[in-house]
Amino acid sequence: MAAKPMLHYFNGRGRMEPIRWLLAAAGVEFEETFIDTPEDFEKLKNDGSLMFQQVPMVEIDGMKLVQSRAILNYIAAKHNLYGKDTKERALIDMYIEGVADLNEMILLLPVSPPAEKDAKITLIKDRTTNRYLPAFEKVLKSHGQDYLVGNRLSRADIHLVELLYLVEELDPSLLTNFPLLKALKARISNLPTVKKFLQPGGARKPPVDEKSVEKSRKIFKF
Amino acid sequence: MAAKPKLCYFRGRGRMESIRWLLAAAGVEFEEEFIETREQYEKLQKDGRLLFGQVPLVEMDGMVLTQTKAILSYLAAKYDLYGKDLKERVRVDMYADGTLDLMMMIALAAFKTPGEKEENLALVVKKAKTCYFPAFEKILKDHGEDFLVGNKFSWADVQLLEAILMVEELDASVLSDFPLLKVVCEQPHKAQEAMNRDKDFSKICLQAFKTRISSIPTIKKFLQPGSQRKLPPDSHYVKTVRKVLQL
Repeated sequence: MAAKPMLHYFNGRGRMEPIRWLLAAAGVEFEETFIDTPEDFEKLKNDGSLMFQQVPMVEIDGMKLVQSRAILNYIAAKHNLYGKDTKERALIDMYIEGVADLNEMILLLPVSPPAEKDAKITLIKDRTTNRYLPAFEKVLKSHGQDYLVGNRLSRADIHLVELLYLVEELDPSLLTNFPLLKALKARISNLPTVKKFLQPGGARKPPVDEKSVEKSRKIFKF
Repeated sequence: MAAKPKLCYFRGRGRMESIRWLLAAAGVEFEEEFIETREQYEKLQKDGRLLFGQVPLVEMDGMVLTQTKAILSYLAAKYDLYGKDLKERVRVDMYADGTLDLMMMIALAAFKTPGEKEENLALVVKKAKTCYFPAFEKILKDHGEDFLVGNKFSWADVQLLEAILMVEELDASVLSDFPLLKVVCEQPHKAQEAMNRDKDFSKICLQAFKTRISSIPTIKKFLQPGSQRKLPPDSHYVKTVRKVLQL
């Protein structure tokens, strides 16, 4: 029987969280090795485990994969969450790249200079309500189906719902004018695998706090 | 007969250049519409062709595609430049993502203040020399094949060549000045010998790769003057982009 995937990252969301979501949604059990100290990180680098000296790194199917996008693509394709052909895949990719762009802004917020934080939050809220959420609401409205692409569950739904949770954490009122997105969020959250992931004790990581930012700074030296 | 892909972007490299490279490498002719004014851009947004209000935009096969990575993946799959199976595909993705990261740093540096720009570009060269190029050098050395993945030309090879040329524009010596690879050696007393051997061999690897990929007919054509390959970002390009995007 195949070993469970092993995730290497610090004990927090960061760039590994979408991978956790996708594995969980696909019903794949995984293990995690947390990078807790600078020494842990140095060891991984010196082992030759990190192709570009960076994490996330996921050990899966005999490979040591880096680059979160590559890892997500692999998992999605392997577990049939990537559409039925290249055209559906292109659509899924377009949607998830948009999700990734907004996610990136939110991800980097805790480490932005304090003087810039307010402006960044304003920008994130603006992009959320004027660029990204309207685009996805429109997609759902245009076909009236339960899922973003091809009338069946794909990674696009998972990544978008993950983002909706982040948006809600930032400011719940941001979701007010997007009924179809709220419905998608509820629907996806009720899938047994996702429900399990979201429960206390599930593999989902809590929001970042000051302490974990400081810890990451020490480990990754930024 | 299918219409040619139509690219819509600024007249410069930016986030569209890797797409131009991939189309060219696949021998696919394409057309370009260049964005020069704010009005053009606003019209594009009003037309509803830009899903998230952004370019690059590529119209092909009846689709209106935005998001660079989505476009690149589609092209790679369509033109059989994505490996033969899932395991090869993930390697192509890993390598392509890595090189894209590096090239994006260069593209974004053009928009920084002069001091910051110089600093960022120096960092890019350093990362190329100490992290990215050694990683690719090792891959080529380990399998000894002509191409990065599956002994067959792929998207990963196109992007690595693109990245090598871009970094060489910043520092022409970048391929000749390699750090020693860290050697995992079971016989420590032979480490020095192995390191020397590796160093010579590694110089040959990436330089040979560059020559080899540049000679592929479609790529050779793209590298000639008069092709659709764009020049490095200059002040006119930066000014146009700033004006259009209101940065």
